[in-house]
Amino acid sequence: MCGIVGLLVKKPELRQRLGELMLPMLIGMVERGPDSAGLAVFTRELPADRRKYSLYAPQWDYDWAGFEAGFIRRFGTEAELGARGNHAVLTCDETPEKVRPWLKQAFPALHLLSAGRVMDIYKDIGNPAQVAQRYEFGKFSGTHLVAHTRMATESAVTPDRAHPFTAGEDFCLVHNGSLSNPYQIRRKLEPLGITFETDNDTEAACRYFEWRMREGDDLETAIRSGFDELDGFYTFLMGTRDQLALVRDAFACKPAIVAETEDYVAISSEYRSLVGLPDVKNASVFEPVPEEIYLWRA
Amino acid sequence: MASVMKTSPVNPGTMTFDLASRPLRELNRFLHRELGQSGAGRVQVLNPDGAHNIAVGVDAPIDIEVHGHAGYYCAGMNKQARVRVQGNVGPGVAEGMVSGSVHVSGFASVAAGAAAHGGLLVIGGDTSLRCGISMKGIDIVVGGSVGDFSAFMAQAGRLVICGDAGDALGDSLYEAVIYIRGKVASFGADAHEEPMRDADYRAVAELLEKAGLGHDPKQFRRVASKRELYHWNADANQEY
Repeated sequence: MCGIVGLLVKKPELRQRLGELMLPMLIGMVERGPDSAGLAVFTRELPADRRKYSLYAPQWDYDWAGFEAGFIRRFGTEAELGARGNHAVLTCDETPEKVRPWLKQAFPALHLLSAGRVMDIYKDIGNPAQVAQRYEFGKFSGTHLVAHTRMATESAVTPDRAHPFTAGEDFCLVHNGSLSNPYQIRRKLEPLGITFETDNDTEAACRYFEWRMREGDDLETAIRSGFDELDGFYTFLMGTRDQLALVRDAFACKPAIVAETEDYVAISSEYRSLVGLPDVKNASVFEPVPEEIYLWRA
Repeated sequence: MASVMKTSPVNPGTMTFDLASRPLRELNRFLHRELGQSGAGRVQVLNPDGAHNIAVGVDAPIDIEVHGHAGYYCAGMNKQARVRVQGNVGPGVAEGMVSGSVHVSGFASVAAGAAAHGGLLVIGGDTSLRCGISMKGIDIVVGGSVGDFSAFMAQAGRLVICGDAGDALGDSLYEAVIYIRGKVASFGADAHEEPMRDADYRAVAELLEKAGLGHDPKQFRRVASKRELYHWNADANQEY
């Protein structure tokens, strides 16, 4: 079991309240996934030449000032660093092609959670209610978000195996279910130069879709090709800079429910996690059917 | 437990449980252990908010009304009770039901009426996949359409579908019978259409009436087992 949570607000005035509206949804899914939690929030887009990087450090009181100094030494440019304990978001002018190898070489203990112009990622092990409190999920603002509560079945309980998984820029995926051919996917992608960071089955799906989109597919076409390539049980919820996408496998063993009003689209594994949303009793509520691709634009 | 019960001034004998302020366990404990002494003939459940296991395992001829959406296994293992849900239900509604009835005004998620031995389940809207999977004698009436693999390995009972069916309808059917009004995306192994007889029209009319649906029984077709899977056929080369 795991819990998936997604929220997209349709009105600009609700963006400030995105995290606050989401928080009861995540808490409502604690029982489905009590061992880890994570969240990807899509915020105001940076200019084309700017990038931000979400980073995870092995200890809570990590020396982020030392990291920032190291960045300036290497790149000679200013950077903004917003730290929350063991997480930080680095905003700068440098491209992922430069930052990734430098990070790996100069700060090998840091884990790069995401790169892009829109998305921030926080994920950690522990009860999702505590994880949400640790990083103040309730204060986040933005257009849309994707969150997850994890009950591990396919790989160990560690922060890097918590969801969301990311690949490329501003793309993330959360998963309820289990894939039966993740190693087949890896064997297909690794010879193409795609590197995996964990042994988690969900990472294979995330990297597969991102690869398809880099090859020219739009998100919907990429997901459709997954019907033939990905074997197993899944409800996937994906976030891009301006979209949320939801899809369930042909057997639909893993639940999902959608509630939509004039103000928001809310997605969860179960209705009980939606009950704190404003006016949800009058929302249009439906269960997504298998192998149909649902897309919402922010 | 008297403190958790409220007798409605409008309807004496009605107990109200507001799950926004009471734990579900109090409702189910009341239904299992305290109903007899209470004299209640009707129980109202407010703010179900998608909770799991609402009114499971009831064994008493009582009316239970759930006002809102219920979660997993609502009215599972029901015996005798007449349960009405004004809303949608999650997976496994009325699974393992023995007798009584469950009416859902909205839609039902997967495995509605799974493995149920008896009673009547009515879904006003659509059901998701595997409706009536392994049913063992229950009658199910679906006002809308059913998802894939419905009535999979259904052993006994009747499934009436007023809308369409997804793929693999009636796969590996035993003696349960399906009546369908709309389109069938595909039949499962060993399921096929058979001619309707007078007894079939009477059965459909009776079930539609119980469900409160006004369709003409003449619009329904009968789907049942070819009974070819009862015996091992070594010449079939595993192709059915």
